[in-house]
Amino acid sequence: MALSRLSSRSNTFLKPAITAFPSSIRRHVSTDSSPITIETAVPFTSHLCESPSRSVETSSEEILAFFRDMARMRRMEIAADSLYKAKLIRGFCHLYDGQEALAVGMEAAITKKDAIITSYRDHCTFIGRGGKLVDAFSELMGRKTGCSHGKGGSMHFYKKDASFYGGHGIVGAQIPLGCGLAFAQKYNKDEAVTFALYGDGAANQGQLFEALNISALWDLPAILVCENNHYGMGTATWRSAKSPAYFKRGDYVPGLKVDGMDALAVKQACKFAKEHALKNGPIILEMDTYRYHGHSMSDPGSTYRTRDEISGVRQVRDPIERVRKLLLTHDIATEKELKDMEKEIRKEVDDAVAQAKESPIPDASELFTNMYVKDCGVESFGADRKELKVTLP
Amino acid sequence: MSAILLQGAGAATSLSPFNSIDSSKLVAPSRSSLSVRSKRYIVAGSDGTNKSFGASSLVARRSEPLIPNAVATKADTAASSTSSKPGHELLLFEALQEGLEEEMDRDPHVCVMGEDVGHYGGSYKVTKGLADKFGDLRVLDTPICENAFTGMGIGAAMTGLRPVIEGMNMGFLLLAFNQISNNCGMLHYTSGGQFTIPVVIRGPGGVGRQLGAEHSQRLESYFQSIPGIQMVACSTPYNAKGLMKAAIRSENPVILFEHVLLYNLKETIPDEEYICNLEEAEMVRPGEHITILTYSRMRYHVMQAAKTLVNKGYDPEVIDIRSLKPFDLYTIGNSVKKTHRVLIVEECMRTGGIGASLTAAINENFHDYLDAPVMCLSSQDVPTPYAGTLEEWTVVQPAQIVTAVEQLCQ
Repeated sequence: MALSRLSSRSNTFLKPAITAFPSSIRRHVSTDSSPITIETAVPFTSHLCESPSRSVETSSEEILAFFRDMARMRRMEIAADSLYKAKLIRGFCHLYDGQEALAVGMEAAITKKDAIITSYRDHCTFIGRGGKLVDAFSELMGRKTGCSHGKGGSMHFYKKDASFYGGHGIVGAQIPLGCGLAFAQKYNKDEAVTFALYGDGAANQGQLFEALNISALWDLPAILVCENNHYGMGTATWRSAKSPAYFKRGDYVPGLKVDGMDALAVKQACKFAKEHALKNGPIILEMDTYRYHGHSMSDPGSTYRTRDEISGVRQVRDPIERVRKLLLTHDIATEKELKDMEKEIRKEVDDAVAQAKESPIPDASELFTNMYVKDCGVESFGADRKELKVTLP
Repeated sequence: MSAILLQGAGAATSLSPFNSIDSSKLVAPSRSSLSVRSKRYIVAGSDGTNKSFGASSLVARRSEPLIPNAVATKADTAASSTSSKPGHELLLFEALQEGLEEEMDRDPHVCVMGEDVGHYGGSYKVTKGLADKFGDLRVLDTPICENAFTGMGIGAAMTGLRPVIEGMNMGFLLLAFNQISNNCGMLHYTSGGQFTIPVVIRGPGGVGRQLGAEHSQRLESYFQSIPGIQMVACSTPYNAKGLMKAAIRSENPVILFEHVLLYNLKETIPDEEYICNLEEAEMVRPGEHITILTYSRMRYHVMQAAKTLVNKGYDPEVIDIRSLKPFDLYTIGNSVKKTHRVLIVEECMRTGGIGASLTAAINENFHDYLDAPVMCLSSQDVPTPYAGTLEEWTVVQPAQIVTAVEQLCQ
């Protein structure tokens, strides 16, 4: 029985010993969607609501997709790291490696009609929403073919057709925007929700509480997600927050604390939150996660935390390793297949980088495009008033 | 912003200019960049050219040369006297309300949010009765959190709603400066054109009657540098309604500055639907000797001074610039080329105000046409005091305008 499955796989170098275990039916890589139930390692902690069940319904297809997407995101961030050091990416570059489980877990629970808005650590969220690698790299390198035509940069990725609203530099400001998105969804009777992501640093912004008050008052389908990676740039949570239980900070708004390094737990929490928000209004999710890089590429990341801590988390809680273990223990894929997959992804990312490097830089007339919609015949000048001159159409 | 597109499913009220030509199938002047759609109307320019628009706010007639102007190129009287129909008289806040109500009827995406705009009816009654008519979801009473509800309006606008955000007093919008500057002004640009933010941010500002320093602020000077927004200031019931409607229909974020002391101005405005061009200045009184540029409440101080000046033999040309960002340099330029002298009268502070920018713009563009330096009369760089006499001295008074004109015209 096992042999018949083997023949349809590309990998033909399996040891014959495999056939000695007829009961361990190997699921075909990437096409099996029969349900598997997996228990999350860490229980949920809740505030003013019931915790969702720890048993997560998933499938081997989904777990494999998690692995693939997270590996792609991880590779993208590493590639961005090298590009930054090669001075092809300038300015601020905030990397998301370590937090990938959040992006993929959330996507697995929602549709493209649900909106996501986040702040500047947005590269992986953009990819999760369906953004292309080459668009991301082009934007990082300031090319015309980037997702914001080179005018936004690392902190301003947007994808309107996938309801990804960015990409914001001033942390905390995206939360009222997110509640506005939720308001529009309620106004238009969309039956969709908005996930407004922010970090433990931004959790102390007043506008968060203002927006939460309004959302609770008007029953808006807004889900506020605190990506608690325990450091607001260089300040640890215990130094910035009197109450670091971010999920409880909503007071009258229910909250849930989730292990953010476990993609399945994230998926379960987001599913739960979506159902809750559509019925009862806002809910806060606190995702306990960790970033390996510093706050941004300008921050070594080791002045306020020890290298041991970083490598410790990497060994014990790394999201990709966790999924890899799942895939291996459930016999969904072999070590070699996963390694091949990673090689493929690495090549994919390298190709995207190469393609992005070839893309054109925006020309000078782009300075004035998209200032206004259907502009007003105003003349605009560059600084010297001679070289760059345009009439906004 | 020459093409104002009718939005909303099958706009029920077809626009007709108040000389009663059926305008439901208007032909645009030849402007190649505009796409042809079934229902469109264009704000006509005084000479029918594409780029620039004269002192006109009238809809073009079908296949006939564009109507030159309708807005007040008559003397100080209301701008509606060419109407063949009687029109109706109302106060400025009622005109704003009418404009808002008509737009909300027309397009279900328009909603209002602000403090006490719903059940209370608005602190200056601009939104009176709207909550009863349109319900709580479209006329939203917010808690006191300018930063959050301005941000929410902008977020809603990103998806296609058209919120009209009211600051109870413009000064309170300082709390929302981050949202207005970074999100409202910049999102269209930084997203590479993916999102438009068709919000209108409006509220009363300016120096009132002894309201104290924090309630007498002029925010146009703080907002003017924000890239990506448009600013307009209304001064009469006619242009209040017209600008309100145009601002709501505009795809760009528009900040509409009203003035606390002008809400009870009475005027007869046309019965028919009309809008005012957002980027256009209004010719209040044509003249020969000197160009006086002003906006909002100072228009009335200038017109009062103009009476004295006319008695003394001067012939001032008074232009209400209306569009604070961008400036209507076409109208202003034509005037400067005619009179060669400019006086700016504004209520902003001297430092960094609208007048300062306008002075720079005129000097840069029309330097050759000036016979005298541009003079700018602004409010003093002080917080507005409470005492009545002191408050009077902070703003420009008609007597000072007369003196300035006499000085410039020597």
